[in-house]
Amino acid sequence: MSGTKRETGFTFTIDGVEITAYAGQTIMEAADEAGVYIPRLCDHEGLRHQGSCRVCTVKAGGRSVAACTQPAAPGQAVENETPRLTKMRRDLVEMLFHEGNHLCPICEASGNCELQAMAYRLDMTEATRFPYLEPCRALDASHPDIALDTNRCISCGRCIRASQDVDGKGIFGYVGRGIHRRVAVNGENLADTDAEVTDHAISAEVCPVGCIIRKRVGFTVPIGEREFDHGLIGHDIEEKRK
Amino acid sequence: MDNGHKTGNGVSTAICGTAPVPAEEIEAICAQFGNDKHRMLDILREVQDHYRCIAPATMDHVAASTGLTRIEVEGVASFYSFLSLAPKGRVTIRLCNDIVDRFSGVSEVACVFEEELGLKIGETSNDGAFSLEYTPCIGMCDQAPAAMVNDIVLTKLTPETARSAAQALKAGRSPEQLISERFEALTPSERALHMVDNNIRHAGEVLLGPVPEDAGLAKAATITPTQIISAIEESGLRGCGGAGFTTGRKWRFAASERAEKHFVICNADEGEPGTFKDRVLLTERPHLLIEGMTIAARAVGAREGILYLRGEYVYLRELLLQVLEERRRRGLLGKDILGVKGFDFDIRLQLGAGAYICGEEGALISSCEGLPGEPKTRPPFPVNRGYLGYPTVVNNVETFCHAARILDKGAAWFNAMGMEGSHGTKLFSVCGDCLNPGIYELPYGHTVRELLAMVGGEDAAAVQVGGPSGTMIARDSFHRKLTFDDLATGGAIIVFNGERNVLEIVEYYMSFFVHESCGYCTPCRVGNVFLQKAIQKFRKGLANPEDIDYLKDLSGTIIETSRCGLGMTSPNPVLTTLKNFPLVYSAVIKPSKDGIRDTFDIQSAIDGARKIAKRRSYIFDKDFTQ
Ligand code: SF4
Ligand code: SF4
Ligand code: SF4
Ligand code: FES
Repeated sequence: MSGTKRETGFTFTIDGVEITAYAGQTIMEAADEAGVYIPRLCDHEGLRHQGSCRVCTVKAGGRSVAACTQPAAPGQAVENETPRLTKMRRDLVEMLFHEGNHLCPICEASGNCELQAMAYRLDMTEATRFPYLEPCRALDASHPDIALDTNRCISCGRCIRASQDVDGKGIFGYVGRGIHRRVAVNGENLADTDAEVTDHAISAEVCPVGCIIRKRVGFTVPIGEREFDHGLIGHDIEEKRK
Repeated sequence: MDNGHKTGNGVSTAICGTAPVPAEEIEAICAQFGNDKHRMLDILREVQDHYRCIAPATMDHVAASTGLTRIEVEGVASFYSFLSLAPKGRVTIRLCNDIVDRFSGVSEVACVFEEELGLKIGETSNDGAFSLEYTPCIGMCDQAPAAMVNDIVLTKLTPETARSAAQALKAGRSPEQLISERFEALTPSERALHMVDNNIRHAGEVLLGPVPEDAGLAKAATITPTQIISAIEESGLRGCGGAGFTTGRKWRFAASERAEKHFVICNADEGEPGTFKDRVLLTERPHLLIEGMTIAARAVGAREGILYLRGEYVYLRELLLQVLEERRRRGLLGKDILGVKGFDFDIRLQLGAGAYICGEEGALISSCEGLPGEPKTRPPFPVNRGYLGYPTVVNNVETFCHAARILDKGAAWFNAMGMEGSHGTKLFSVCGDCLNPGIYELPYGHTVRELLAMVGGEDAAAVQVGGPSGTMIARDSFHRKLTFDDLATGGAIIVFNGERNVLEIVEYYMSFFVHESCGYCTPCRVGNVFLQKAIQKFRKGLANPEDIDYLKDLSGTIIETSRCGLGMTSPNPVLTTLKNFPLVYSAVIKPSKDGIRDTFDIQSAIDGARKIAKRRSYIFDKDFTQ
C-alpha cells in the first residue's frame, strides 16, 4: 500500500504522537512506518490481515478496534499503550496460553516464540487466574521434513494465509467452530499434502510459536542467543523512531 | 481399516460403515448446484441428507467438482451443527434443550427416548437407524419441550407422547407419519400448522391484523426508488432483529453505492433462545415478507435476493418455496414486476445448517457465499460491499414486513404509533412461566409489568428481555419500558418464576454462547469458556468473594476485544444478573479462611484417578460405605 499516492497523506495521533498515514492504510501499517509498535500476533508482514487474535486492540474514536484491520482516519485520536489496553492484551495472551499446552522450558521455540515474547513485553509476571483447558491433540510427524504440534497452536492462521496466498498451495485450513476450531491440513496428514520444507508457510518466520517444526534444525541456535533473548518483541519497529 | 481413501474404481468409502458412495453420485449433486462453490452449503446439505454424513472421501469429490481444496470443504462441513463427518442415523432426533425446554421437562422426554431406542444422548445406533442428540433453541419455546425429527417438528412433548413417537419410529413409521397419516396429501401450510401452533395472542395494527394483499408493492411500483426510501426513513422504522439500525438509512447507503449489482437478503435466522416471532410471520405472513423484500429491491436496485432460513425451520421450506413460485406465476417476482419495465427481482431460498452466529449480518453473508459462518471484517460494511462483494441490504423478517405495510399506509401512520425513537409496533415472543405464551404485537412503550399482566405472568421473579444477549431483570425493574432506549429487544421475553435457579439459567446461557461462538477471535472463543467454568464454580459453592471481580473483569475484556456482536454481548447473562440479582451470587460465595483456597475440592480432584484405579482413596474419601 505504501509507496504510492503519497501526496494524499493525512495525520492522526497515537497516544498523542502525530502519525502520517495514507489512504487505505490500517492504523497498524501507519504506526509501523512511524516507528510506533502496536502488539500483534495474528498479523504478519506480507500476509493478508485477519484480525483474530485481538492483541492489537486499540481505542479509536472512543471505540475498541483491531489496529491491524481498522483503516486509519484523518484527525483520529488513537490510544495504544494505556494501562487498560495493556491489561486486556495481557488477558488475551493469557487466554492463548491457557487454551493450548505451553511448556516453554522444553519447547523448541523458546526464545524465538512471539507468544512468549509478547508475555514478556506485556509484563505477564504473575500467576494467571484462568483455568487450563489442556487439550490433547495428536502430533503429526508423518512428513519427512516437517512436524506439526498443534497443542501449541494459537489459531493465528498465519500458516493458512502464507500457504494460500504466498505459496499458492492451501496446505492449512481451519476446521470446526468455537473452542473446537483448530488448524488442520489438506489431507489425512501432512505427508498426504504437497507441503515442502522450503514453503514460506513452513519457514521460521510464519508460525509465531512452536507448532510448525522443521525437523533436524531444533536447538541449533542455543537459548540465550535467540531472537527475543536480547530485546523485547517490537524493538525493531520502535528503533525506527530513534 | 479403510479411512475413507479413494479406491481404485473411484468409489468412496466412508468411515465406519456407511455404504460407499460412487464419485458420480457426488458429482451429480454438485452439478445440480452448477458446481458453484458459493452453493457449498446446499451441496453439503444434500450430501448429508443422502448419505447421512460427509465422509472424507466425499469431500474430495466435492472439492474436485467445485474447484476447492478438501480442507476448504472440510472447513464448511465441520462448522455447521447439522452437518456431520461421521454417519448420523437415518432418523435423527434432536431434542431442544433450551432453558425453557429444560424447565418444561425435556430431560424426562430424553429418558424415554433413550430407553425406547436403547441409545444415550449423543449416540447413533449401530444399525444406523437412529441418532439422538440435544440441540440449542429451535424456536418452539411457547410449546416446549420440542424436538426435530429429521425435518419434522414435534411440540409439547410429554413422556407419554415421546414414548409413542419412539415406538412408532421403531416400528418403521416415517417421521412425517407421526404428524399425520395423510401427511403427503396436506398442503405445505397445513403441514406446518399441524406441527406447530402459532399462538398469536394479540394481533396489532401493522403485522398480524388484517393485511391487504400486495398493497404496499402496488404503491412502490408507482413511485420512485428515492420516494420509497424517504417513506421508510420518515416512518422511523428501525431494524427489528435487535441492533435497531435505521432501516431507511441502510437502504439509502446501499442505493447510493454504485455497483454492477445489488442484493437484498432476508435474515430469517432468528436464533436467540426464546424468540420465535419470525417463525410466526413466515407461516402467517409469507407474502407480506416477500412483498417487503421486493419493495427493498426496487428501492436499492437489486435484481437478486436471498431468503436465508435457519436450518431449524426446515419444516417451513416447502411453504416458502410454494409462495415464491406462486408469486412468480402472478408476476410479483421475476421480470417486469407488476408490468413495470425494468423492475426485475427474484429470490432464492438458502437454508442454514444449525449455526446461531449466522444471524449476524456478516456471518449470514459468509454462509450465503458457501463459507463457514464467520462474521466479516468491518469496514467494509455490507451496504458497501456485502454478498460476493456487492452492496447488500440485510434486514430481518419483521423489518421487511413492516416496510411493506409502511408503503401501503404511509410513513405518518406508522410513525404515530409507539414512542419517540421507537416507532410502530413490535412482535414480542413470550415464553416461560406464564399462562399464555405466544406472540403479542404491541406498540413500543409498554412496561414489562403491563406485558406480564397480559401474558399471565404476574408472579414472575425474573424476566429475560431480549434473550441471553439481552438483559435479565428482577421485580424492582418491571416498571421499565420495552423501547430501544430503555430495554431494547429483538422480541424475546422469557418469564421465570421464583422457583427457578438464576445461576442455572446463567450457566445454560453461557454454555449456549460457548457452543455457538464461531471461534474466530480469541476473547470469545476462549474467554466464554472461562466464564462458563467460573459460573460452574459458583453453582458448586466453590467461589470466593474475589471471584465476583473476576467475573466482571473477564466479562469486560471479552466485551471490549471481541470482533462481533456475539462476543460483545455474551457476558450479559453474567453481568446483568450480577447487577440485578446480587444476592443470588453472595448467597453461594464463601470467603476463604487463612488464605487457603476453599475452591479446591479434593474429592473432585482425585475423582478421575479414583475411577481409573477403581479404588477409593483411604485418606480423602469421606464415606466408606458408598
Ligand atoms: S510455543 Fe512459545 S509459549 Fe508455547 S511453549 Fe513454546 S515457547 Fe512457550
Ligand atoms: S500452526 Fe502456527 S501459524 Fe498456523 S495457526 Fe497455529 S500458531 Fe498460527
Ligand atoms: S466474537 Fe465470537 S462469534 Fe464473533 S467473530 Fe469473535 S469468535 Fe466469532
Ligand atoms: S494482530 Fe490484529 S487482531 Fe491479531
